[in-house]
Order: sequence, then structure tokens, then C-alpha cells
Amino acid sequence: MTVDFATLADRIVSSLQGAVTGTKVAYGELSVQAEAAEIVRVITFLRDDPACEFKVLVDLCGNDWPQRQRRFDVVYHLLSLTKNCRIRVKVQVDEVTSVPTITGVHPSAQWFEREAHDMYGMVFEGNPDLRRLLTDYGFQGHPLRKDFPVTGFVELRYDDDLKRVVYQPVQLVQEYRDFDFMSPWEGAPHILPGDEKAAMAPGAASGDPGKKP
Amino acid sequence: MIDDAKARDETPPWLAGAQPKSEDGRITINFGPQHPAAHGVLRLVLELDGEVVTRVDPQVGLLHRGTEKLIERKTYLQAIPYFDRLDYVSPMNQEHAFCLAAERLIGLEVPKRGQYVRVLYCEIGRLLSHLLNITTQANDVGALTPILWGFEEREKLMVFYERACGARLHSAYFRVGGVHQDLPQQLIDDIYEFTRSFPKVLDDIEILLTENRVFKQRNVDIGKVSRKDAEAWGMSGPMLRSAGVAWDIRRAQPYECYNDFDFKIPVGKNGDCYDRYLIRMEEMRQANRIMQQCIEKMPSGPVSSTDHKVVPPRRAEMKKSMEALIHHFKLYTEGFHVPPGEVYVGVEAPKGEFGVYLVADGSNRPYRCKIRTPSFLHMAALEFLTKGHMLADVSAVIGTIDIVFGEVDR
Repeated sequence: MTVDFATLADRIVSSLQGAVTGTKVAYGELSVQAEAAEIVRVITFLRDDPACEFKVLVDLCGNDWPQRQRRFDVVYHLLSLTKNCRIRVKVQVDEVTSVPTITGVHPSAQWFEREAHDMYGMVFEGNPDLRRLLTDYGFQGHPLRKDFPVTGFVELRYDDDLKRVVYQPVQLVQEYRDFDFMSPWEGAPHILPGDEKAAMAPGAASGDPGKKP
Repeated sequence: MIDDAKARDETPPWLAGAQPKSEDGRITINFGPQHPAAHGVLRLVLELDGEVVTRVDPQVGLLHRGTEKLIERKTYLQAIPYFDRLDYVSPMNQEHAFCLAAERLIGLEVPKRGQYVRVLYCEIGRLLSHLLNITTQANDVGALTPILWGFEEREKLMVFYERACGARLHSAYFRVGGVHQDLPQQLIDDIYEFTRSFPKVLDDIEILLTENRVFKQRNVDIGKVSRKDAEAWGMSGPMLRSAGVAWDIRRAQPYECYNDFDFKIPVGKNGDCYDRYLIRMEEMRQANRIMQQCIEKMPSGPVSSTDHKVVPPRRAEMKKSMEALIHHFKLYTEGFHVPPGEVYVGVEAPKGEFGVYLVADGSNRPYRCKIRTPSFLHMAALEFLTKGHMLADVSAVIGTIDIVFGEVDR
């Protein structure tokens, strides 16, 4: 890749005042953080600006961070065939606010938005056909959310009396195995009873109760 | 959760108000999900005006297995076999994308021989996929012989898969840091032998199809895409190249050791089904060339990284070294940890750009693994491609956009 990320990032930030909140280069990839309400402006600029020409929407997906205030990420990956360059645009959104659709800018976003809506439940405002895409007809819930169990809530079974397939609540003979890989040698904080008081004491050097002074 | 009686009786929303024949004489028909030309479990709701298609509504998701959700619950090693089950006609190309993504996050270098073995098997995957696609598409438009000839070659290639990893289809051969096992010399010699005889088979198939009048009538000027449309619909691979865009990730953003090889990227002019057929034919010849060069230049050395915090030690080592035993135990129970970060890696799979967007949180499991598949986007563009065509052209177009439902539905 021949594009200089620093100049490209500067150009994007200066041209999109108020819409872009930050840029980051990591692992040879440029990442742009944007405001959800301004996403159409950002994507349109990236497509039409002669220094960018990100004309191909490679991917659009959601991500879930339940501990965060605005728990969902919507991640756009764009590709410029002429500049031979990729870019990632991320916006944060919560469960109730919607993201403006970018189907007007990239028609290929249509199915991606349907999929993200299906999997995470975020709403893409203005999308002409925001039906579920991959899950079953009449499915409830959003399976890729972190609080959705891997087993789901219902399972299918052929009912010989009714002569058709029926849904029923999941019945597990054995609990789904979830291993705890926490190792005493790495990762786990060593908290002895009473240690937490050390951090609260006036003049404590470290905020980490597990850390030895 | 679901009131099943209600779910059954309720008219599905996509059929609300639809009758077999509406007032303006249009017919709504169901294409698939069990239709030989649907290439899997594709269900299309087609609206026809006479024999002309006026609306296409693909109903996908019948093969949805929640791959991304499952991967979030598995270690990085356990995630690899899921990639075989996406595009099951070229499994290793997809493992490749995932391994590259994890390697980039860890900062792991693959030894030269490992890279060559990977490229060799990725190109075998390209042959597998293109052979299947060209011959079954020819079958859809009425030619029976190519499928018999093509599958004979696929059988040989699958035996190469089996001899490398023990499985014909779901190989799980690539690992983060290299490949699982080295190839025996006999196998490498046999693959070389194959690459010498294979162009003859391609010539034979070309004699049957390239100038065949019926084949051309069914494919020329069908399902045309321009450069602008291809970009707007996010197409990649032969679909994009047929529109005249010289774009191949192996050349544009070289990964692994593709820079070491001499090969050409065929580009189309008209963007129709026939161009896509020609491109795939030429790509097979180029893949064959890459395989030959790969074997000629094959370096010696290890096939996977020797960093035993990521790659498990050899069995023989474990008999002698306590540390190797500990590494083995830790890697096959807990697995390795990947530092926090996010990467997107796209590889040139036979069907187009196959990408993995991997978000790691520092644990032994991926936090998020979004799989971007070429077929998904090509499927989304199906209505655009077939609108205004005849019903019989739908199956010709489905054939050349090269979809596999394992990767559309994931």
C-alpha cells in the first residue's frame, strides 16, 4: 500500500469537522472514529473525494460491548481500487438510537444492514427493506449480542403427532461447557482480604489493589 | 419464545397480498430451495411478467449455523475448522484468511516453506472451486459432459488434500503460524505430475464450451455488469475483473509469498457471463503455473513457526522435553492468547475477496470474528443482475456469480 496514512487522516479530519472524532493507525490499517448521525456525510466524502475514492464497501458489521454506555459499534470497511488502500470507519450507537442508512451511497450496504440489524438489533434509519436476513422466519432476539446464549432459547423438533416441525424451549441434558482458563500465574489479580483498603488509604501510590507496593 | 401456531398460520410478510397471478398478469413463483440450478439451498421468490423477471427476492439463511457466534466461544485453534464449512469447495483459502489475521495480531512470522505449502494448497483450492463452478454452470445451461470431466480432476485434487491432511473436504490443515504437517516428497512429486497433465484437460473442456454455439447463446450478454455497478455492489474476484477492473489482491496487496511468483491476472471486457467463464478458465491455467513454480522453488525448513507459545511442539520433542510437554498441554487446553486489537485481512479466494475482521481482547478466544464472504455480496446483487432477463437466464447468472451457500449464510 502506497498511501501515506498520516496525510490521509489529516485530510479526512480537516474536511469532516464535527463528524470525525478520531483516527488511529494500527497493524498497518487506518481506523476512523465517526459520529453515528454524520455517517452518511463521512461515507459520501470518502467515496467522492479525489484523494480517497473509497468506492467499494467491503464490509459492514456490528460489534457488541455490553459494558459500554453506547454498546454497539457499527464498523464499515471501505476499499479504494484506484488508491489501493483500505480504511475502517467505526461509529458507536446504543440500543435505542438509530444509525442513518448508507444504502443511498453504496447499494451493497442493503444486505449488510439487514444482517447487522438481524444479528444485533440496531436500526438503520431510512433503509427501505430492513427485514431479518439470516435467522428463521418469526425468530425473536438478536443472536450475536453478547447476552444471547450460544444455545439460543428455542429448538426445533419434528412432532410425529402434529406431522410438522415445532419449536420448543431448549432442553439441555448437560449444561453447556464453559471453561475458566484463568491461570494463577497470569492475569488473575492477587487480592488478599483487606488489600482493597490500601488503595483507598490517603497517599496510596497505586490504584491497583493487586499490585505490590 | 415463539408461538409456533402463530408462526405457522401467519402469512409471511413477503407474501402479503401476493397471489399466484395478480391483476396485471404477473406471476409469482418459487425457485428452490430444492432446485438443481440453485447451487444449494437458495430460495428465490420471483415475479414474472410472461417469461421476463420483474422482481427477485432471495430468501437466504436456510444454512445459517451461527458460525460467528460459535467462533466467539472457541479458542483460535478450534475456530479454524469452521472456515472449511463456509465455502466448502475451496476450504483452505478461507482458513488462510483467518490464520493471516491472527498472525498479524500476534506478530508471528511463517517460515518460507510453510508459506509455499499454503500457497500451493490455496491454488489447488482455486482449481477445485473453478472446476466445480465452470462445469456445473455449463450443466445448468445444458452441457452434460464437462461436469464429468471436471469432476474427475477434482477427485485427483481431493486426493492431494487427503494425503496432506487426512480429509478430502474439511481439511483444517492451516494453523496460526504455518500448516499442521509437512508434505511428503512423494506427494509433492505427484502434484507436479498433475500440473503437467492438467492443462490438457482444460484444453478439452475449452473445446467443448468456448466456441460452443448453445453455450455462447446462453451466456454472451447475460448478467452484464459495468465497472461502476461492480464497485457500487461491492463485487470482487472474477465478477469485478469481468467488468474490466484489473484488481486481484494477490497482486495489489500481496500477502504470503505471492510476490515470488510470476502469474497474470485475466481481465474481461464486457462483464457478462461469458467473460466470467473465460476469466475462470484462464485463472485455472495461471493457478496451475503458480503451483508449478511453487514446487520448483519449494524451500526446505520447517513448515510452521517455532514459537512454541503459539505453535505446539512436535510429538518427538515431547518425548524428551518437559517444557515441550507443558507447551503442548497448555496449547491444546487453554490455547494461545492474542493481544488486544483489531485487524481486517482480505485474501483472494476463488470466488472473490474473502475477509476476516478479527477483534481480539487479549484472551484465548476471538472477541468478534466477522466473516466477509464474496458470495454474500454477489447474492445481494442478484436482483440487479437478473431484472429484465428471462427466467432461464436466472440459472445462468446464478451459475456464474459463483455462490456457495455455506458462505452466504454462514
